[in-house]
This record gives sequence, structure tokens and C-alpha cells, in this order.
Amino acid sequence: MGRTFTEKILARAAGVADARAGEVLDVEPDIVLSHDNTAAIAGIFAQLPHERVKYPERLAITLDHAVPPPTQRHAKNHAEVREFVAAQGVRNFFEVGRGICHQVLCEEAVIGPGKVLVGADSHSTHYGWLGAFGAGIGRSEVAAVWATGQLWMRVPETLRVSLTGSLRRGVTSKDFALTLIGRLGGDGANYMAVEFDGDGITEMSPESRMVLPNMMAEMGAKNAYIAPDEVTWEWMAAQLERAGLSPEQVTARLAVLRDDAIYPDPEASYAQHVTIDLHEIEPSIARPHTVDHYAKVSELAGTAVDVGFIGTCTNGRLEDIAAAAEILRGQRLAKRLIVIPASSQVMEDAARAGYVADLIAAGATFGTPGCGPCMGNHMGVLAPGEVCISSANRNFQGRMGERDAEIYLASPAVVAASALTGTITHPEDITE
Amino acid sequence: MSENRIWKYGDNVNTDVIFAGKYTYTMTDPAEMAKVALEDLDPGFAAQVQPGDVIVAGRNWGNGSSREQAVTCLVELGIQAIIARSFARIYYRNAINNGLLVIECPALVDVAEDGDSLSIDMKQHEIAYNGERFKFPALPPSVQGIVAAGGLIPYLKRQGL
Repeated sequence: MGRTFTEKILARAAGVADARAGEVLDVEPDIVLSHDNTAAIAGIFAQLPHERVKYPERLAITLDHAVPPPTQRHAKNHAEVREFVAAQGVRNFFEVGRGICHQVLCEEAVIGPGKVLVGADSHSTHYGWLGAFGAGIGRSEVAAVWATGQLWMRVPETLRVSLTGSLRRGVTSKDFALTLIGRLGGDGANYMAVEFDGDGITEMSPESRMVLPNMMAEMGAKNAYIAPDEVTWEWMAAQLERAGLSPEQVTARLAVLRDDAIYPDPEASYAQHVTIDLHEIEPSIARPHTVDHYAKVSELAGTAVDVGFIGTCTNGRLEDIAAAAEILRGQRLAKRLIVIPASSQVMEDAARAGYVADLIAAGATFGTPGCGPCMGNHMGVLAPGEVCISSANRNFQGRMGERDAEIYLASPAVVAASALTGTITHPEDITE
Repeated sequence: MSENRIWKYGDNVNTDVIFAGKYTYTMTDPAEMAKVALEDLDPGFAAQVQPGDVIVAGRNWGNGSSREQAVTCLVELGIQAIIARSFARIYYRNAINNGLLVIECPALVDVAEDGDSLSIDMKQHEIAYNGERFKFPALPPSVQGIVAAGGLIPYLKRQGL
């Protein structure tokens, strides 16, 4: 009998020869992620008899959710995180301004194929894009893993999603993700793993791929997976070169990464199998107040918006900012547009490419790399009655700080075009 | 067995409306968290709920963020149990890890009405409501120890791990 990716990787991380969906295992994560919530977790950890974290080298901590600190209470929280980092000797610590945890841990190659990450962040499903296992857990569980190095997990059943064909011009992986979530529902993969495969994935850029495992949190998935291929290795090699490794060192490191990669068996058993032709995907949108409240952009064309937001771990990368710059170059925005790059690397690249200047000239506002107003914690929150169109991942009531506001989710191109015109607009429909 | 007042809600109640994201890094006192529980779903809830009350909800309770305060705030208010058609996976784990009883019982959800009362028999794994009895499954053995200890942290302390 074949095994899914998730069965294989959890067996590996539990030190057992084999595992099947439904079994409960004690898993040893390779990386434990936390962010601005680290100080609160340290408070829970302090209730345990353990003075030292068992494996400090396995911790990865970023400051990203409210950066730079907007209030004294946030600043104090950050200071407490730094104290913990120093006291426990955590080396993988990324300061204010470096960017969003999920983007930064990939850029810094803290995580790689075949590794298991648990994180105090629901979008920890993200790491599946490079063939890792990533799952969100709560604060108490992070404290427990700090203390013991272990966590119990039920091996999930797997939903296989096969993508055929190619996306049409002006349609992105975000449109696909919103379509899939709309079709299967906000609990369509609850407790499950999601494996993506097919030619449609092979053709996607790394940045487009990242959207898919990331958004599977919105279907309730425990983790998601895309098989590492040449596209993945090229991306990782470029990151290693950027970190200053010599060509020989990059080659050596890549050999290790390839060796660590885990692939599902061809005869693996799946709980459910969905095949989707990417050519049929329409420009898509999630209406207030749930991610599975699906509509085609064409159905909502003309709906008034007050502000656009491009950013987050879902769609705040170079490709996303480039798409906005293409649309807005030489134009003047009708409405506010907030752009927050997912990392300092993205911001640097966007500046070098001229996108930052293009967007500022069009009237956009830039924020510090981080999560921004996505969850109502940082600058860019909404006023009562305001309508936001956002490239983020969640549009729940009150998500961006105000109960009586509305959030539509879309691709960065649709966000840019809508902020340009002041109504929900697909970029292909903009007339000069 | 005591009688517990029901607060009834629908499907897909997410963690943002249970405990809003804007409070996550600055609110540290559970008593403070309790005051804003369900603020964006049912603004009257936090002021009126009584210790021992139960929440009955539809599918996918607690979807979205991993924030544990969405459990902590309800524990602090003395919510005895959440009974739902289904729970989002991180919320389910967070609830168990904080000693909050979470029960999947769709048949009860079908009939239970807001403001009515029910009682829970943990020995028989039964809920009594309106003269009827509703069975619910026992927790997996792997997590029963955590629940018995009152949560993950007390469990680890007890284990001396």
C-alpha cells in the first residue's frame, strides 16, 4: 500500500517505520514558529517546571504582526519577546521590518522540503509550497513543544487536488484558491491534509504556488503540500546565493535539501480527489464575511470600494506588487491603496524594479513589511461603513478592526484595478 | 447534573468574532478577555452570560486564527461546554488544552433552542434536553488524560515531563 506525503512525513518525524491516516503519533517538529505572540507563550512556558527550552535551535521567532509597534503596549510586548530570545539563546530571530514569518522563514531557508513545522499561526499551512509539513497550533501547545520537543498529532486523511491546463491571462492562483474554497466550503478540508498535483502546478511560479497551501487554512486544512521540483530548487538556490553562499556551498546544500524531500507514493490512498481545469477559473472574489462566500468579479463589477490593501503572507510578494505596478503605472488612484510588502527582501526588490516609485506616483501608501491591518492590529484599519478590497486571506466580520466594515478578498491585480476606479473592477476591463 | 442555559449560534463562527484580532498582543488578563468575548457576533453576550451556561452552534465552530484567547475568554466566563455539529481543528485542540469541554452532537444542535436549558452527563456521554437524551462520542483515549488534568499545561506538570 502506498502512503500520502503526510503519512510519510509524520512517520519520519515520529521515528516510526510507517503510519496511516487516523493513527495518533508523538511527532518531533523540526521547527517551532511563533511571532508577536512569543511573550504570551513565554508566560505559559513559565508555568512549567522547565527553565530552558529543550531545543532552542528549533525555535524560529519573528516580530511581524504589529510592526513597528503602534502603541506602548505593543512595544512592551516586543521587548518581552526580545528578552525571551536572549535568555533562551534563540538564533532564528527576525526583527521588526524583516517581514512576515511565513515569507521570512522560506527566504532564510530556516525551513526546507521534508521538514515538519508547527507554528502559533493558522497560516502555517504555507510551508507546503516547498514540500514541508506546516500546521498551526495554539499557544499552550507551542509552550509544550518548547518544553518537551514533542506534540501528539492525528495523521490526517488527505484531499488530493489535481490541476490541469493553465490559468488564462489576468487570472491568478488566488482566483483558483478562492474558487476551490467557494466550491468545497470553509470546512471542506477540516482536519485533512491537501495535496496539490498536476501540470497546472508545474507551470506555476514559486510565488503563485505559495498562495495555495497558505489559503488552505481557510478550508480548515491541517497542512498542505506541493511536490518540490526544479522550480522549487531554483528558488531555493537563488535564496542561498543571496545569503552569501558560494556556488559550491549552494550545490552542497541543495543536495541535502533534495535528499530530505518526501514525495507521496503513486498508489497512495486519498479520502477525496478533485480535478480542476485551470482554464475554467474566472477572476474570483470572496464577499463579506466569509472566505467561501464566492462570486465572480464580473458579478460584482461596479460595487463601490473605499480602500484597497495589497499585502500579507498570501499576496504581498514581488509578483503581486509587480501586477499592481503594471496596472497603476502612470495612472492616478481614485481611492486609497495601502501596499505592505511581505518582507524586506520583497520591498528591496520592488524598489529596485521601480514598482515602489510607480505605485507611490499613482498615490499608493507603503507600510513596513509585516502583517499590517490584516487582522486589525496595525495601521490601515477600517472605519465604520467602509468597504475594503484586499489581497489577504480572511474577510471575517471585524477582521480589520471594525465590525461594521466590509472586506472583499481578491487577487492583487483586482485590488489595484478596483482602487484605481473606485469600484470592483477586473484589470482587463479598464479602458484608457 | 445542573441545568445549563443555551446560547445558540449558527454555522462557521470564526475566531475573529469570538475574540477580535485587534486585542491579541495587548490584552493579557483573562478577565479583560472575557469582557470582549463574542463582541462582533453577539455584543450582549459577555455581559449577560452566567457561569455554567453552554454554547450550542452549527458547523465549523472556531474556524480561522489559531488564537487561544478565543477559548480562554469563554473559559474565564465559566462556559461549561460548547456543543456543535463540528469544530475547526485548531480550536478543538485549543479547547481540550484549556480544559473546555467540546462536544460534537449534531442531533442536539438540530433541536436545541436559544434560552432553553440542557444538562450534560459525562459518565453516560449523554445530553438531556427537553425530555430527550442525546448520546455523544467519548474523546479519543489519547487526549482523555489532558482533559482529566484540566488542560495541557496542568497535564504536563502532573506528568513531570
